[in-house]
Amino acid sequence: MNLNKSLVVVGGGPAGLAAAIAAKENGINDVIILERGSCLGGILNQCIHSGFGLHAFGEELTGPEYAGRYEEKAEKLKVDYLTDTMVLSVSHDKTVIAVSKEKGLLIIKAEAVVLATGCRERTRGAINIPGTRPAGVFTAGTAQYYINMIGNHVGKKAVILGSGDIGLIMARRLMLEGAKVEMVLELLPYSNGLGRNIAQCLEDFDIPLMLSHTVIGVSGKERLEGVTIAKVDDRLLPIPGTEQFIECDTLLLSVGLIPENEIATGAGVELSPITGGAVVNENLETNIEGVFACGNALHVHDLVDYVSDEAARAGKSAAAYLNGDKKESSQYKTIITKNGVRYCVPQKIGTLTPEIPLFFRVATPSQGSTILIYADGNVVYKKREAYLTPSEMQMVKLSDETCKKLNEAKEITVELNTK
Amino acid sequence: MNEKMMTCIVCPRGCRMKVTFEGDKMLSCTGNFCKRGADYARAEIAFPVRVLTSTVTINSYEVPRLPVKTSAPIPKDKLFEAMEKLKTLKVSVPVKHSDIIFSDFISKGVNLISCRSVNS
Ligand SMILES: Cc1cc2nc3c(=O)[nH]c(=O)nc-3n(C[C@H](O)[C@H](O)[C@H](O)COP(=O)(O)OP(=O)(O)OC[C@H]3O[C@@H](n4cnc5c(N)ncnc54)[C@H](O)[C@@H]3O)c2cc1C
Ligand code: SF4
Repeated sequence: MNLNKSLVVVGGGPAGLAAAIAAKENGINDVIILERGSCLGGILNQCIHSGFGLHAFGEELTGPEYAGRYEEKAEKLKVDYLTDTMVLSVSHDKTVIAVSKEKGLLIIKAEAVVLATGCRERTRGAINIPGTRPAGVFTAGTAQYYINMIGNHVGKKAVILGSGDIGLIMARRLMLEGAKVEMVLELLPYSNGLGRNIAQCLEDFDIPLMLSHTVIGVSGKERLEGVTIAKVDDRLLPIPGTEQFIECDTLLLSVGLIPENEIATGAGVELSPITGGAVVNENLETNIEGVFACGNALHVHDLVDYVSDEAARAGKSAAAYLNGDKKESSQYKTIITKNGVRYCVPQKIGTLTPEIPLFFRVATPSQGSTILIYADGNVVYKKREAYLTPSEMQMVKLSDETCKKLNEAKEITVELNTK
Repeated sequence: MNEKMMTCIVCPRGCRMKVTFEGDKMLSCTGNFCKRGADYARAEIAFPVRVLTSTVTINSYEVPRLPVKTSAPIPKDKLFEAMEKLKTLKVSVPVKHSDIIFSDFISKGVNLISCRSVNS
């Protein structure tokens, strides 16, 4: 089937929903969301714990409740969508090719595209644990899907590698579902998870958190029989003599997320080697005119509230683009990040306004550091933070005056002063 | 007098608090950024409670499991009893989000409520 659309949104998670809603609210009627799953809501459908929406709604919602609010809004605005529809490619000229369970092959000529494809989990291959390949090794998100969406058990005795929030949340879930979690291992000397999750997911259930530890081997023929763990030194290498065998039938890996960007790459979108997502300007537009990116596909977020907010701006920008408000791309300058600041999104800016936040992450935890932003070497923003950690995305909103200075500058730099 | 370090779980800020107490009575609390931290610490010393989120079986074509939560926190030491009770429940479609699945669930006045709508 051949179609023409003003705007195609790839992915129907919180990012895709918010982008489509914002586009519609800004006068673009001809919007369609394409979602490969059987329902809208993305990964939130399986995140049944609470902790979503504190910023956006001022109350603590579960993942499905948070997604439900946006789905209702989309329904009210009559936003068009197709589920069970997998986008195969988006070309440079914004032709979207998708296969739909209901409609078969779809070739959609779009005037603008929002990429909201979310992220995926790093797998064991990506972190190279030696050993056999028995059943019982899952990524934490896959286990979350089996348990919360299908209602299957994954195992009786588990070890979890990685103490980010997904690993911690899954430790509690397994315990509640009747499994025993032996321990949560963390390669780094600190946990990347929220303090409240360490308290309510590990301490509540007396699960030990072993910092500076990793899995160095797995054993078992058909089913996992155990893992060998070891302490690591400050270069993160296993220390000989500290090996220990832990009997278990399940190993969950919660070792990081990577933006999902096969579609973006195919379209010729430039990706950042640091975030794994697209390089965008302040309108969240990629190097391809009329192609925008947002949510976890752009950079991995910890709070869905920020995802919705960012995606709404992408939808609004797409609407502005479609309404003929095009910008000259030659005026963009790249934001330089250094001294402990790993990246900044947007990566390049033309005209910054106070509504546009700068998102960034620091490289290592620190206390009492100062965030500094320079315009041509002069400090235009300065804020001391009691506590900074790589797991918490930082958001900075700038005043009218500061934006003006940055807009006039030739060079913009963001850095950290740890003294 | 006893002393204990505690992480407030009320919001993502996760303040580290130093709490002193005598039996189940809190004497002092420091390190909390807002009042809710002290309230949490007081309850935690006297009678710890948690909101439970989980899933129950549903006779639907769309999804095999329905996400649910308790409308208010229930005693922490009854979490496992609550999980057992969830296994005995079976929900029929249609169900809307915020529908009460079970009244007076574990604690009087606490309801088990649906977290999503399922039509068929
Ligand atoms: C396992 C896991 C657990 C998480 N837990 C939490 C948590 O507890 N709290 C929290 O705040 N955040 C959590 N996150 C982060 C969470 O993903 C984000 O907050 C938010 O859901 C991101 O929204 P999104 O729309 O960008 O991505 P997603 O929710 O992932 O949505 C992307 C959507 O795009 C669809 N899609 C992808 N490719 C295609 C294609 N080619 N064609 C059609 N559709 C496509 C996917 O099916 C999916 O529905 C978790 C992430 C993961 C992976
Ligand atoms: S004390 Fe207040 S600010 Fe600190 S974690 Fe608790 S609720 Fe949040």
